[in-house]
Amino acid sequence: MENISKSEQLQHLYWRAGFGATHEHLLKENRPVKTVVKEMLTQSSFQPLVVVDINQFKSDKTLKKLVTNRKPDREAIKMRIKGNAGLIRDLNVLWIEKMASGKDVLREKMALFWHGHFACRVLNPAAVQRYLNTIRTHALSNFADLLMAVSKEPAMLQFLNNQQNRKDAPNENFAREVMELFTLGRASGSYTEEDIKDAARAFTGWGYNLRGEFTFRKNRHDDGLKTILGQTGHFEGEDVIRLLLEKKQTARFVAGKIYQFLVSEQTENPEAETRIKGLAERFYKSGYDIARLLDDILTSDWFFETSVRGNRIKSPVELLVGIQHSLGLVFQQKQSLIFIQRTLGQVLLYPPNVAGWPGGRNWIDSSSLLFRMKLPDLILRSHAVTLQPKQDGDVNTELLARRGGDLMQVEINWDAFEKSFSGVGSDHLADALAAYLIQQPLGKTQRALILQTAGSSARVERIKNLTAALMALPEYQLC
Amino acid sequence: MHSILKKPVKIDHYETTGILQQSALTTAGTMMIPSFLKAYELDQMNVDPTGSKILVVVQLSGGNDGLNTVVPFRNDIYYRERPTLAIAREKVLALNDEVGFNPALEPLKALYDDGLVKVINNVGYPNPDRSHFRSMDIWQTASSSDQYLNTGWVGRYLDATCSGPGGCAQHRAIEVDDTLSLTMKGNLVNGLALLNPKKLYNQTRDGMIKELSDNSYPETHSNAGYLYKTLAETVSSAAYVYNKSAKPVHRTMGAYPSLELGKRLKTVSELIQSDTTTRVYYVSISGFDTHVKQTGQQERLLRQYAEAVKAFMGDMKSTNRQNDVLVMTFSEFGRRVKENASNGTDHGTANSVFLVGGGLSGTRSERVYDQAPDLHNLDMGDLKFTIDFRSIYATLLEDWLGADDVAILGKKFPKLSLL
Repeated sequence: MENISKSEQLQHLYWRAGFGATHEHLLKENRPVKTVVKEMLTQSSFQPLVVVDINQFKSDKTLKKLVTNRKPDREAIKMRIKGNAGLIRDLNVLWIEKMASGKDVLREKMALFWHGHFACRVLNPAAVQRYLNTIRTHALSNFADLLMAVSKEPAMLQFLNNQQNRKDAPNENFAREVMELFTLGRASGSYTEEDIKDAARAFTGWGYNLRGEFTFRKNRHDDGLKTILGQTGHFEGEDVIRLLLEKKQTARFVAGKIYQFLVSEQTENPEAETRIKGLAERFYKSGYDIARLLDDILTSDWFFETSVRGNRIKSPVELLVGIQHSLGLVFQQKQSLIFIQRTLGQVLLYPPNVAGWPGGRNWIDSSSLLFRMKLPDLILRSHAVTLQPKQDGDVNTELLARRGGDLMQVEINWDAFEKSFSGVGSDHLADALAAYLIQQPLGKTQRALILQTAGSSARVERIKNLTAALMALPEYQLC
Repeated sequence: MHSILKKPVKIDHYETTGILQQSALTTAGTMMIPSFLKAYELDQMNVDPTGSKILVVVQLSGGNDGLNTVVPFRNDIYYRERPTLAIAREKVLALNDEVGFNPALEPLKALYDDGLVKVINNVGYPNPDRSHFRSMDIWQTASSSDQYLNTGWVGRYLDATCSGPGGCAQHRAIEVDDTLSLTMKGNLVNGLALLNPKKLYNQTRDGMIKELSDNSYPETHSNAGYLYKTLAETVSSAAYVYNKSAKPVHRTMGAYPSLELGKRLKTVSELIQSDTTTRVYYVSISGFDTHVKQTGQQERLLRQYAEAVKAFMGDMKSTNRQNDVLVMTFSEFGRRVKENASNGTDHGTANSVFLVGGGLSGTRSERVYDQAPDLHNLDMGDLKFTIDFRSIYATLLEDWLGADDVAILGKKFPKLSLL
């Protein structure tokens, strides 16, 4: 490992494996990095996130029963759909707050990854809740189990039209995406259109019932012979998943994506290719043990290299949750959390399409960068919000674009934050805050600008001003 | 850090204004532009060998009901399937023997009568997606329905024309809005989002932004370098647009509706009159997702749209820019032929696209491109497309903007005789 301080190592680890650590926590933590990683992987316990009774799954189906005068009551249906969107928004907020709590950080971080990998967007809140808790349950366990469980989620079956996939009218949507996006990858060239056609036949009959449970509807299943990835048999959906997992390319594709998420977007260089190859080999040999893969990455020497640290563009959710966690900040109006996600282009539970969020430099354009740099003013200094995100045209998701007031009201635990810096003399305050908030050395110009903004006010004010200024730097967009 | 062009570029003919005129860099006939010049200076030269045509894209978000926009008023199936919503034959503003505008489009009809409008029927794409966000994704990225792209077609237009004068400057494509659509994102450069030039300019003068953007950043941390480069380009483009637009040259005589779209097209008109080097403008208006009580809602929006476009074209005419400007209007999908049970319509497929401007080709009978939608031959209750929307993009890119449509769209689409 390069000669970097323990604190720098921990900060890097917490930013990548979680959403940053509080300053207080960093001061207290004195165990080796390997031990901390082990704890992240083993001491995590799953708690479901709940906003709706799972038995309400069928409510979506009973929409048709909202009838007045023998005609469907569209107003009542509209109200129900609006209510549903409200519940999904509540679930979004609950998840954000869970991430910001600092508990089970690696599970939530990986669930965020899997949400992008198995991207899914439906309107039934019970289905969304089930799906979310499934990816959270399996986030650190085994990829084979996760893939099977997600593939059988009503949300996914609905989103990718497998409910309509039947032997007399096969629908290839799910079969295509399971290969292209979930396992082998489009660029791999390791499957053909014929493989997709026969895989779609194998998935016929997979669906869900009114209680929101997976069902295999035998009468809709095509039990004829199929040839998939070079093997022939009377395959069913489970067989396709097994055949896909047998391919080393699946381990390579998934390990590569996780490397991109945790380490670096740049994977097209010999160094990264060697690393990913090694990770994939061991991932495959372990039988797709996610925790072992993560341990492999997070404890390797190259994970802590200078070229890796401070060079990842935070996604909007990582940025938002990171600010909340670092300062113990709570938004009084939950709509602010949605507004920020929307304006920056990442609303949890509403991925843009089945391919998930593109990530990396795709997060940044002129307006998103200016908004990111303005965000600390809006949150920490109560500046007025003057912009408005676009409507996406869908009458059912209008509430996502709402601003929720011109001023963001937040509660911040400044006392605790200030206390964690009590050992730092006034002259060193700016540098100590910078070392905590910025994951790379602070440039001279930036340092001078920060100090200018801070003025010569009292210590508490100084800490607030310095923090807001540091968080407004382009460097704060990186971790 | 601010370098747009990697190496000096030769330009043979030019008009110089401002900074470069007094500069030692200018030599007779041929000029070498060194790599350190910023977008701002480059654009001072105002040279573009691909011409000065401007494309304005208007996006109707939510899925505008095409059948009640361009009404097939001789079709019995239309009246049968829409007992409540159908527009009475006598109210329709006939364009030919088959179709006519919704009466709310009266201002657009006036432009049509002046030969400034082309209606393209039956526009869509194979395997249509009926979800708003996915179908909009497809229109914005110009992808196939089983393809996911991270860049938009206007963004890739910017990429493809980066080596020209004006370089990779963001303001070569402007979206009049607070946030940037996927359409405007390229691999090398993104377009610029601004609701108005002053607002964006003020944002770039806020806090430490200006000072930070003046500070070139070392290349050691590549993503930090990228952020600083984006910041510098944003500040530069914002200043460019603001300075240009601050000159009192505007003649927005038209009566723009005071609603959002009117304001935005008025801004586009002012920017065009400011002679910015912007080649593409993008605006959107939402509210077309009319599942319930469609008639009032759609008419209100269509009237607003038509009034805004009429005022805009009036400005273009009075400033002699009518033949340089083309407005393309689209929506992510049309709506189902059969009305639903709550006086609305549900998500459908093919739709009409409008082109408005002075540069359109063809005789009066050719102003409605392709025949009226075939209501006999439906796909599960929805219209079948006959014209791939990417054929329209290809035509606009090559014939209007002088760009390489194949490079931008990834493959060759048959072009249409529109211009």
